[in-house]
Amino acid sequence: MSDHRARILHADGTRGLLPGVLQRFTTAAAAEEPISPPVQVNYTKLLINGNFVDSASGKSFPTLDPRTGEVIAHVAEGDAEDINRAVAAARKAFDVGPWPKMTAYERSRILLRFADLIEKHNDELAALETWDNGKPYEQAAHIEVPMVARLMRYYAGWADKIHGLIVPADGPHHVQVLHEPIGVAGQIIPWNFPLLMYAWKVGPALACGNTVVLKTAEQTPLSALYVTKLLHEAGLPEGVVNVVSGFGPTAGAALASHMDVDKIAFTGSTDTGKIVLELAARSNLKPVTLELGGKSPFVIMDDADVDQAVELAHFALFFNQGQCCCAGSRTFVHERIYDEFVEKAKARALKRVVGDPFRKGVEQGPQIDDEQFNKILRYIRSGVDSGATLVTGGDRLGEKGFYIQPTIFSDVQDGMKIAQEEIFGPVQSILKFKDLNEVIERANASQYGLAAGVFTKSLDTANTLTRALKVGTVWVNCFDVFDAAIPFGGYKQSGIGREKGIDSLKNYLQVKAVVTPLKNAAWL
Amino acid sequence: MAAANGSGKGFEVPKVEVKFTKLFINGNFVDAVSGKTFGTRDPRTGDVIANIAEGDKADIDLAVKAAREAFDNGPWPRMTGYERGRILHKFADLIDQHIEELAILDTVDAGKLFAIGKARDIPGAAHLLRYYAGAADKIHGETLKMAQRMHGYTLKEPVGVVGLIVPWNYPTTMFFFKVGPALAAGCAVVVKPAEQTPLSALFYAHLAKEAGVPDGVLNVVPGLGPTAGAAVASHMDVDKLSFTGSTEVGRLVMKAAAESNLKPVSLELGGKSPIVVFDDADLDMAVNLVNFATYTNKGEICVAGTRIYVQEGIYDAFVKKAAELAKKSVVGDPFNPRVTQGPQVDKDQYEKVLKYIDIGMREGATLVTGGKACGDKGYYIEPTIFTDVKDDMSIAQDEIFGPVMALMKFKTVEEVIQKANNTRYGLAAGIVTKNIDIANTVSRSIRAGAIWINCYFAFDPDAPFGGYKMSGFGKDMGMDGLEKYLQTKTVVTPLYNTPWL
Repeated sequence: MSDHRARILHADGTRGLLPGVLQRFTTAAAAEEPISPPVQVNYTKLLINGNFVDSASGKSFPTLDPRTGEVIAHVAEGDAEDINRAVAAARKAFDVGPWPKMTAYERSRILLRFADLIEKHNDELAALETWDNGKPYEQAAHIEVPMVARLMRYYAGWADKIHGLIVPADGPHHVQVLHEPIGVAGQIIPWNFPLLMYAWKVGPALACGNTVVLKTAEQTPLSALYVTKLLHEAGLPEGVVNVVSGFGPTAGAALASHMDVDKIAFTGSTDTGKIVLELAARSNLKPVTLELGGKSPFVIMDDADVDQAVELAHFALFFNQGQCCCAGSRTFVHERIYDEFVEKAKARALKRVVGDPFRKGVEQGPQIDDEQFNKILRYIRSGVDSGATLVTGGDRLGEKGFYIQPTIFSDVQDGMKIAQEEIFGPVQSILKFKDLNEVIERANASQYGLAAGVFTKSLDTANTLTRALKVGTVWVNCFDVFDAAIPFGGYKQSGIGREKGIDSLKNYLQVKAVVTPLKNAAWL
Repeated sequence: MAAANGSGKGFEVPKVEVKFTKLFINGNFVDAVSGKTFGTRDPRTGDVIANIAEGDKADIDLAVKAAREAFDNGPWPRMTGYERGRILHKFADLIDQHIEELAILDTVDAGKLFAIGKARDIPGAAHLLRYYAGAADKIHGETLKMAQRMHGYTLKEPVGVVGLIVPWNYPTTMFFFKVGPALAAGCAVVVKPAEQTPLSALFYAHLAKEAGVPDGVLNVVPGLGPTAGAAVASHMDVDKLSFTGSTEVGRLVMKAAAESNLKPVSLELGGKSPIVVFDDADLDMAVNLVNFATYTNKGEICVAGTRIYVQEGIYDAFVKKAAELAKKSVVGDPFNPRVTQGPQVDKDQYEKVLKYIDIGMREGATLVTGGKACGDKGYYIEPTIFTDVKDDMSIAQDEIFGPVMALMKFKTVEEVIQKANNTRYGLAAGIVTKNIDIANTVSRSIRAGAIWINCYFAFDPDAPFGGYKMSGFGKDMGMDGLEKYLQTKTVVTPLYNTPWL
C-alpha cells in the first residue's frame, strides 16, 4: 500500500471518520522533515579513568535517530580490552582511593553538585535523550531528567546514613555489623530510559562508596557520556565512574565475566539476564542484581470509574512507546464493563498523538530501532493470526523511522503469545474476567512478576489483590508512580533484587560482622 | 600564661554589623508587643552590642499562632520530603555564603573563637542542615506483622508546632541541632534563643526566609527564660518542646509542660563528664585530649570533660604536663587568631566560675595553675587545674561551665567505673587506653549518652547525642534526632481472602 494514511484507516476501520487524527499522523510522522534537535553531540568516546579515549580496537559504531534510521554519530565501540582498562581504572580508584576513603559527606556533596549540574543542563540532556531514543522531548525534559537529579539527591542523602546494627549475641560478645562498599560494580543499562537507568544504578553505587564500570546500550550511548562528564565536573575523582559504549556479546559479556568486578547489576531482557547470571556464576561468583522483563497485569474491577480506568490503562501500556519493562500489557477488565471499556480504550488510542518526539504535544515517538519495530509488527501479526480482535492500529506509521500505530487487541486469551510474551511496544491486550479469584489466578499465570495495576474503589478488593499478586510493585488506582524512595524489582523471571529506596543500597554493600569478647560487661 | 585581653595588636577585629534586632514572626521582623528591648552584650568588654526586641508571652502567643497556622493550613507539612529537603539545601548554601558574617556575630555575642566559628561552627551548621535535608525524604513508617487477619502499618507524622529553647554556648550549632530535624520532619517551630546570644538566630531566620521556608514555619523570639521561655513551655498550642540548657531550668520546662498540655519534652541538660586515662595511654596524646576536652569553648560546653581520672602509674607525669599545657593557653580577644580561649559569656557566668574556683580551694583541692580572672575588662578567666580533688567536693559534683579541670587519681578499672558513675549527670565520657578489653568494658559500664574512646567531642550529624540521668532525655542529631519531631500513628484494617499473613 503506497499511502500510509490508507493503511491507518484500513487498520482501524474508521475511514473518513477521523480527519483530525489522520492529519496529525500525516504531518507528524511522515510529511514533515524531522525537527532539528536543539543539542550537539560532543562526547562519543569511551570515558575511562576520567578521560575520553578511543576504543583499543579503534572501532566505532553508529548510533541512529529512531525518527529516521539515520546516523546521529559514530561512537567508540568498547569490547573486552576496553572493559579491562575500565575495570583496572575502577579497581585502582577503589583500592587506592580516594573515593571510598572520603567521608560520606564529601561523597554526598559531589552527588549534590552533580544534581545541580544536571538541572542546569536539563534541556540539553533531554534533547540528547530524545534524539537517541525517540521518546517525547517533553517527557524527557519535564519528568525524566528532573527525576535523575531527584535520584542523585536522594542517594546523596543516604551516603551519610548507612547504618549497620549492633547485635545482641547470646553470650558475652560485642558484635558490630559494618556495611562496607562492595568494590568495583559492573552495571549494564538498557536503552528505554538511558538516563534514569543510569541514575538507578550509579546513584546507590556511588553513595555506598563503590566504583563503577557502566556499559550503556548500543542503541543509546550518548546521554551517559554527557552526564558522566558532568559528574566529573562535580568533583568525582578519576576512575570512579567509567563508561564503555558497546555491544552485549562483547563489552557486556566481558564485564559480566570479569574476575575483578565485584558485583554486576543488569537491566534488560530476561534472556540476556540469564546470560549475565550464568557468566557471573562461571567467573568469580559476583553477586548479581537483575531487573528484567515483564508482562504486568492491570486489573480493572467493575466498581471502577470506566473513564479513569481507560485513561490509566492507556497510560500504563503506551507510555514511552510501550517500551517499559513494567508496562501494563495485560489489561484485565471485568466483564460487566468490558465492552464499554474496549470502546473507550479504542477512542483514547485513536486520539494518541504520534509523531516527531521533538514536537510539542506529541505523546508517542518512534520505537527504538528496526529490530524492535519488526518484532512488534510480528507480534501484532501473531495476535491477528491467533484470533484476537484488532480493535485499532496494527501497522507502521509513516514511511521512515520506526513509528507504530497505537494498537489494541480485544478478546485476548491467556494462551495467546501476545498475552504471554513481552512485546515492548504500543500494543494493548484487553482480556475479560468474571471474578476476583479468577483474575488473581490468571494474573499470576505468568513467568514474570514485575508489577501490577489494580483499579477499584473497594478497600477490601484492593487489599486482597495487593497481597495476592506475585509482583514487585502494585499500583492501586495509579500506575508507573516511580520515586527514588520506592523500591522496584521483580518476582519470578522478572529479576533478582530491588533498585531504588533503602533496599537498593544492599546491592552495593558487603556486610561484615565484627565480634569481640566482652570482659566484665555491665549488661548484655 | 594567658596574657589576656584584646589589645587589638597584631590582628584585625572585623567590622561588626548587626542587621537584625527584631522578633521574627510569621516571616516578618517585628517589634515586641510591649515595645521593650534588652541589650545583648559583648563579653570582651561587657558593652552593649545592640538592643534587641524583647519577646514575652504576648509575642510567644503571636509566634505560636503563626506556627499553628503554618502547620495546620500551610504548605510546609504538605510538601513532599524532597521539596522540604530542597529548601533546606538552599538554606545550607546560604549559610555557606555568609560564614564570615555569622561567625562574627557568634564571636561578639558569645566570646567564641572567631577562627573556630569560621572553620567549624558555621560550616557545621550547613553540614547538619544538609544531613537533615537528606533525611527529609527518608522518614519511613513500617508495615506490620499482625497476629490477626489484619493489615497494619505505621505512619510517622510531624508532631506539629514545636517550641525550641536554645542555649548561648553554641548559638549556631544548638539552633540547628533542633531546627534542622524539626523542619525536615515537617513541623513548624518557635525558637527562643538565649538572651545572651540572639544575634545569629535572627540572621538564620532571615536566611530561612530567603531559602524559601514559608512564613510562619520558623519563628524566632528572643527574650528571657522566665517570660518568653516559660510562655513557650506552658503554651497549650505547642505540641512538643525541646530544650537545651541547665538541669535546673530543664526541670522548670518539664514542670510547665506537665502543668499545661502534657506536651512531650526532650531535654539536653548539664553534665560533669569523666575522662578516664589509663596507664597504657600515650601520655602526650592524653594530656592534649584532656586539655581540649576541658577548655574548648572556655569550658562552656555541656559535655566538657571536667572530671579527669588518671591511673596512678602516670598520674604525676600527667599533672605536670597538663599544667604546662594549660599555661600555654592564650587567653584573649577571640578575634585574635593566636588566642585559644575567649571570655566567659557574661558577668553571671564569670562570677559563678570564679566562685567555684574559690570553693575548690576552700574545700581543700590543690590549685596547680590558673585560678584567677585576667585582663582588666571583659570576662576572661585563666585555664585552671585542681589536683587532690575528692569525689564529693563541689568542683567534682557541680557543673562549673568554665575552664576548670579537676584531676583525680585511680587504681583499678572497677574503681574508676564506680567513681565515673558517681554523679547525677550522664552526658558523655572519655576513655583513653590502647586496650580493647578495657575500652569495651568501660564503654558499656559508664552511664552516659556518648562515649569517646581516644577522642573527644566526636560529634557528627549521624551520631545521636543526649544524656542519661539528670543530663536529660531524647536525642539530638542522627536519625534518632528526627524521632522526637514525629508522631507514630498505627493504621489497621481487616484482611479478607489473603494468601499470606
